[in-house]
Amino acid sequence: MSKKRDDNLYRGFYTKEVLSTFQHPRNYGRIKNADGIGRVGNIVCGDVMWLYIKVGRNKKGEEIIKDIKFETFGCVAAIATSSTITDLVKGKTIKEALRITKDEIIKSLGGLPKIKYHCSVLAIDALTEAIYDYYVKNKKKIPLFLEKRHKTIQKSKEIIEEKYKKWLDSPEIKE
Amino acid sequence: MTKKKIYLDYAATTPLDKRVLKAMMPYFGEDFGNSMSLHSFGQRAKIALENSRKIVADSINAKLSEIIFTASATESNNFALKGIAFANRGKGNHIIISSIEHPCIIETAGWLEKQGFKITKIKVDKYGLVKPKDLWQAITEKTILVSIIHASNEIGTIQPIAKIGEICHQKGIYFHTDASQSFGKIPIDVRRMKIDLLTASSHKIYGPKGAAILFVREDVKIDPLLHGGGQEGGLRGSTVNVPAVVGFAKAVEIYQKERGKENERIIKLRDYLIKRILSIKGAFLNGHPTQRLPNIVNVWFSGLEGESLVMQLDFYGIACSTGSACSSLKLEPSHVLLAIGLKPQEAHGSLRISLGRWTTKKEIDYLLKVLPSIVKKLREVSPFKYE
Repeated sequence: MSKKRDDNLYRGFYTKEVLSTFQHPRNYGRIKNADGIGRVGNIVCGDVMWLYIKVGRNKKGEEIIKDIKFETFGCVAAIATSSTITDLVKGKTIKEALRITKDEIIKSLGGLPKIKYHCSVLAIDALTEAIYDYYVKNKKKIPLFLEKRHKTIQKSKEIIEEKYKKWLDSPEIKE
Repeated sequence: MTKKKIYLDYAATTPLDKRVLKAMMPYFGEDFGNSMSLHSFGQRAKIALENSRKIVADSINAKLSEIIFTASATESNNFALKGIAFANRGKGNHIIISSIEHPCIIETAGWLEKQGFKITKIKVDKYGLVKPKDLWQAITEKTILVSIIHASNEIGTIQPIAKIGEICHQKGIYFHTDASQSFGKIPIDVRRMKIDLLTASSHKIYGPKGAAILFVREDVKIDPLLHGGGQEGGLRGSTVNVPAVVGFAKAVEIYQKERGKENERIIKLRDYLIKRILSIKGAFLNGHPTQRLPNIVNVWFSGLEGESLVMQLDFYGIACSTGSACSSLKLEPSHVLLAIGLKPQEAHGSLRISLGRWTTKKEIDYLLKVLPSIVKKLREVSPFKYE
């Protein structure tokens, strides 16, 4: 019944990149009239991430993420991964943005402690949801893989909300 | 950004007092003997050990044979729970603890549960106080031990320990208290407070790490945790760490002399800090307003998360914590803050500031100067603004 051991716990907890990104986060705040908003995470678990995107077109006429901002309630890793994903996708086409993985976020941050990996997943989820929201709002055809990713995110959200129902009913945490 | 370092995490651990270090030094070198050896080297170590025992015993009105030196408060707490549980199985299998114990009590109790013991966790009120009535109700015919933390390591609330001791005494149930945070800082009299077992630690009171005690009243039936060569009255095998024990005793001695003055100074700083910090919008005090340790302040801030706050303060050279140092790797909010009725999102935003012997008003003022802007910045990053 011994738990799986994590060698990362024997090294420094956060890398220099994580700490400096956390100290000077980029692209935080709200975008008024955003084209898409992704809201993920759960305040009961201690991480809430909101991503706002503004969509434009490049010279080839492809849709790109023209602007992106985040608002995050959470730990050092949650704020660092939020900032990193905005850097990674700003100016990229939506297609490229959807191809970014959690490993790329972790790599840009010089690594993350294993128990904080979920923060990088949260950042990917927030982006997925923002793009999904943009597609829905503009009545665009949603690719199958995006629909699937959206459903998975929503399902895990429901599971968590059910688990913490009694806490979430409190009025103080309404936006 | 400033380079100066401000330590405000004295509840996690304290630096060694120079006087303590000086007292310890001979026992690393010339007086290195094993206290169990018969020759003169051993005798000198034995004398140092027993002198230390007397200082520690006197400080809580215990007898010499009732003080068992251990290597950590965690060990003492494991020893108390497991030792009582297994030695008194014939009498019963029920143990009562509070919902705001240190993880080493909770985890030990959880392990005992797997061995067939029954554990009841009694609740606390919004200040973190155990209600004697709840204790009465939890006691059954099978109850063999009650273990309640003397003062909370997270929120600093001090329990009405003498009242709890009286109840256990009336019922003929052993009473253990984890006094890791309170020992030295507030007076303890194990006889007057009717305490049967008590855990105290050296490194919380400017002594070295690696020394602690379990006080066990002389007629208490307990099994050893570490079986071995007969040290500590046969109750704790291991070569005694004499330098650490000597340092521990020196630290106790200093506190005995200086407690009054030191507490007066620290309480003044604490109350000043609390008053000023609560003037920040969306800041709330955790724990009892007055019935609290002289040195622990715990607050929560709406709309932000504690780890981020701790790390932002660290950039300014200020060391605080979110709760207990042991929980910094856990993702769940503090069980203590949940037990006093905070919602998880509130508990996530908590900050523990603990003052100590070398904390100055200047340091507190520096914290108060940078804290509002850090709170503001984190709320700017957060989707939850505090209006």
